Amino acid sequence: MSDLSDLYQEVILDHKRHPRNFRAMEDASRQIDGHNPLCGDELQLYLKLDGDHIVDVSFQGSGCAISVASASLLTEVLRGKTVQEAEHLFEEMHDLLTSDHPNVDREALGKLGILSGVRDYPTRVKCATLSWHTLKAALENPEQQSVTTE
Amino acid sequence: MSVISEEVSQGVQAASGFDVERVREDFPALAQEVNGLPLAYLDNAATAQRPRSVIEAVDHFYRHDNANIHRGVHALSERATASYEGAREAVRRFINAPSTHELVFVRGTTEAINLVAQSYGRRFQPGDEVVLTAMEHHADIVPWQLLREQTGIEIKVLPMTEQGELEIDKLEGLLSERTRLVGVVHVSNALGTVNPVREVVEIAHRHDIPVLVDGAQATPHMRVDVQSLDCDFYCLSGHKMFGPTGVGVLYGKEALLEDMPPYQGGGDMIRTVSFERSTFAGLPQKFEAGTPNIAGAIGLGAAVAYLESVGMERAAEYEQHLLRHATERLRQVPGVRILGEAQRKAAVVSFVMEDVHPHDMGTVLDHKGIAVRSGHHCTMPIMRFYGVPATTRASMAFYNTVEEVDRLVDALRYAQEVVA
Repeated sequence: MSDLSDLYQEVILDHKRHPRNFRAMEDASRQIDGHNPLCGDELQLYLKLDGDHIVDVSFQGSGCAISVASASLLTEVLRGKTVQEAEHLFEEMHDLLTSDHPNVDREALGKLGILSGVRDYPTRVKCATLSWHTLKAALENPEQQSVTTE
Repeated sequence: MSVISEEVSQGVQAASGFDVERVREDFPALAQEVNGLPLAYLDNAATAQRPRSVIEAVDHFYRHDNANIHRGVHALSERATASYEGAREAVRRFINAPSTHELVFVRGTTEAINLVAQSYGRRFQPGDEVVLTAMEHHADIVPWQLLREQTGIEIKVLPMTEQGELEIDKLEGLLSERTRLVGVVHVSNALGTVNPVREVVEIAHRHDIPVLVDGAQATPHMRVDVQSLDCDFYCLSGHKMFGPTGVGVLYGKEALLEDMPPYQGGGDMIRTVSFERSTFAGLPQKFEAGTPNIAGAIGLGAAVAYLESVGMERAAEYEQHLLRHATERLRQVPGVRILGEAQRKAAVVSFVMEDVHPHDMGTVLDHKGIAVRSGHHCTMPIMRFYGVPATTRASMAFYNTVEEVDRLVDALRYAQEVVA
């Protein structure tokens, strides 16, 4: 096993201690609950769309360091992206976190790349992917109200 | 003398009659390293490790006696049948049931409860009531909800206190002439609470209501006597008590089992079959359709023999010493809150720590070679009661040591450094 500090990097701990965009959104275009029944993690993801652009994104919920940091990072990165860009980002993150041989340019992912530490902890991968699966469901099915990692 | 060192010295005395190092040698899986450190296996409430004698009993069966049971007239089938029925007798003695007819081999406690719900409960009427406790495992909640959908019964819940004890004085008030069954967990898997089952049975029986006991977490830790408890159904799992997975036992009083319709149909549970009608075998075969987990049952028999050789009373006393030590030390870790501090507990400590989510805790402890469980422990209502999404649970067995508990406590401080 790799060193624990590969998983709990300073950036991740910083986002866990001070999650960004951690608030409810009154005028959200999309609102969806993500749930990881394995560990009880829950988050609510809020998206505000202007046409094809994500103009605001926020979240609330409770979870482990990895799932909170992952959601926090997601909200930071997503603002200003188009729906297509967000969907592409989901594919890249999914590949990065779950594939045996990810075909992803880590540099291009910026600080999202630090989440790749979970690859060495198979039981923790779903913690990191929860917010991303929640995002995907929100983008694909505007009417859907909840999603689980199972 | 400080509280801790006093505890330890008492512990050494209490433990002096119990040679834990010798016991540990019986469990091959304990002698390994995880992440470069000796394994400290503190996840026994999820499943225990198996002693060599259990592993060898299963191995021996497949190597030498493997055949289907009952009916076969050849030598291997006779040996297999004798071993399988011998295991039933061993479990009967272990829980002091009156007769082997009253012991049904099942897959585990979950199947035992489902059997009672789907067979005994089949005749329940709309408006009939089942009383459960706030401390039940999902295995003693969901089967009754499925039955509720089928029959229209109602489920009532006996509450618990913040300390993690049943509000037993409220039980009588929950019983009515519509109450058909009371279900109670003997030992809470999430909190460790040992519930006053004898008292529950007395109260329920005053109203002629039968009691089902979920004993999955009790049989590994204490002497269980179903006649002394006077319960009507008692359910246990092999793998929690150092036996194989996929085997367990439903004990039921003969009169109740006799009166119950079969649970599943198939081979072995019939007397005669024609396309017009079938007649069913007597107890316990009536409830054992299909080829059972023969090797598993034999392994469970070996586990029971092993527990008898260790001595349940001595093992329980030693575990209590581990529990006191763990509780005392955890109380002194800043930010730690123990959930469930009942007067009577099995060696289970469930806790949460400020700023460290149980899931992160589990990863950090694993890094230190310590196996615990993080999650809701299949007791979501208990988690909701305490307002937490999950806990970290250290559950001990008689092969654990004071040193392992100390490693756990030290690792908590490390977790705070790494994650908080």
